[in-house]
Amino acid sequence: MTGPTVAEHPVTGPGSVREPVLRLTDVRVQIAGSQILHGISFDVAATGVTALLGRNGVGKTTTLLAVMGLLPRTGSVALAGDRIDGLATHRIVQRGVGYVPEDREVFAGLTVSENLRLAERGAGAPRYDEVFELFPDLRSRLKQAAGTLSGGQQQMVALARVLLADNRLLLVDEPTKGLAPQVVVEVARALERIAQTVPVLLVEQNLGVVGRLARHAIVLNQGRVVHDGDATTLLGDAALTQRLLGVSREGGSHP
Amino acid sequence: MSIVIVLAVTGLGLGALYFLIASGLSLIFGLMRVLNFAHGAVFAFGAYLGWWAAAHVTGPAALRLVVAALAGMVASAVLAALVELLLIRPLYGREVAQVLVTVGLSLAIVALLSGIWGTDPKTYPVPAWMVSTSTVAGAEIPHGRWVMVLVGLAVLGLFLLFLRRTRYGLIVRAGVENRAMVTALGIDVRRAFTLVFTLGGAAAGLAGALAGVYFSAVTPGLGSSLLIFAFIVVVIGGLGSVTGSALAAAVVGLVQQFANYYAASGIGDLSVVLLLAAVLLVRPQGLLGRSV
Repeated sequence: MTGPTVAEHPVTGPGSVREPVLRLTDVRVQIAGSQILHGISFDVAATGVTALLGRNGVGKTTTLLAVMGLLPRTGSVALAGDRIDGLATHRIVQRGVGYVPEDREVFAGLTVSENLRLAERGAGAPRYDEVFELFPDLRSRLKQAAGTLSGGQQQMVALARVLLADNRLLLVDEPTKGLAPQVVVEVARALERIAQTVPVLLVEQNLGVVGRLARHAIVLNQGRVVHDGDATTLLGDAALTQRLLGVSREGGSHP
Repeated sequence: MSIVIVLAVTGLGLGALYFLIASGLSLIFGLMRVLNFAHGAVFAFGAYLGWWAAAHVTGPAALRLVVAALAGMVASAVLAALVELLLIRPLYGREVAQVLVTVGLSLAIVALLSGIWGTDPKTYPVPAWMVSTSTVAGAEIPHGRWVMVLVGLAVLGLFLLFLRRTRYGLIVRAGVENRAMVTALGIDVRRAFTLVFTLGGAAAGLAGALAGVYFSAVTPGLGSSLLIFAFIVVVIGGLGSVTGSALAAAVVGLVQQFANYYAASGIGDLSVVLLLAAVLLVRPQGLLGRSV
């Protein structure tokens, strides 16, 4: 048995997932002269949740922004085999990449209904029924200004925005950040259901949520991929979790 | 008492003129963070093309004024759209370069107008009934003043209809809040940029005709002096808020008229600057602006 050795050389890189929905190859980001991403490469599986983990400031959010074209970057980003790194952000979204940013970024001055209407796109009818089934709270708050909602409700608006249209992949950045434990459970449950129909690349600090949702985990450290493998194996190895994420499994709150 | 009413209606008419220029500026800055110093020249361009078009039409003064207003709106709208597409868009994200190019363009347009038509004031076709007065509560008010106020209110109404009832209006309101997130929902926000420039240009072109009614003539440099007050109106009203601009335009117009009459001529402009300073101290985001 060479179990521990596997953990010592866990970076498998592209090719680790069969027919990935998203493949990053040597993606680099430089902001104001400092290198944030030093050429990262990984695959996102075509089903389920892939977690993107790491301590604060290692480049997780930057990676998502780079995929969305919201930052200047080099390297290649391919969605289901087609390069999207040359496209403008709105074109990337139109290709079927839904983005739920850190801190929700709902339009505070617009109503919930207006926030959702902005997200309608594509030929098919927007799927309000599905959204309201998942988040019944939103139906009664359509006329309310999104800025007056609680953090959890804003997160529901942010998730609802990517569920109205057809997407091939969702990028979700810290959806449980700053939420009360009960709301974390609700959001995790919603994500679990969402991930049954569309693959998700999830940035998340709450390892309880990660353990429940993710099959696959990629860990970044200082702008580099330092682990790429099975999520259960990673979270089951206390020493490895401690070393890569700086937290013990028990440290995360449990949903 | 009657003088108060004259000053009030005159101030509101002047406010309408400021509003037509300021509303476009406010939306352009709110959505795109572009300080469009060419907006005064866009106004002057519309005023001149309107005057030129009216000079080629025979008929009653009212018809010629309508022709001037329509031609001015179209000319300014087209010019503004071209400015956005050809000059602002390639410099996207480079604010200093955008400011420089709009300043340069404003100088060039004013020079172009002076070169073609000279610097003498061009008399606008103002119908006699607009100059004639009727008595309201003892005050003799020229009918043209009421027309200005009504045009200002109508444009405010149209802007609000656009912002609240159309998809592009929704995109503009969302973009004023968070432009990056609008694109992250799959929307090409640049189309909204061009649209806002075009609508702002049309309003400025219409302001050209109103200026013709108010001053009875236009000069190439008129836009630059009005632009200063329009910027003050935008800041007092709150960047990106059309209703704020309307409110601030009325206040600025009134303050100017009353101060000029009751203090001394010229004090009006000073009072407006003091008002600006006071608003910036007490409410830096402007009357209806969102606090940052």
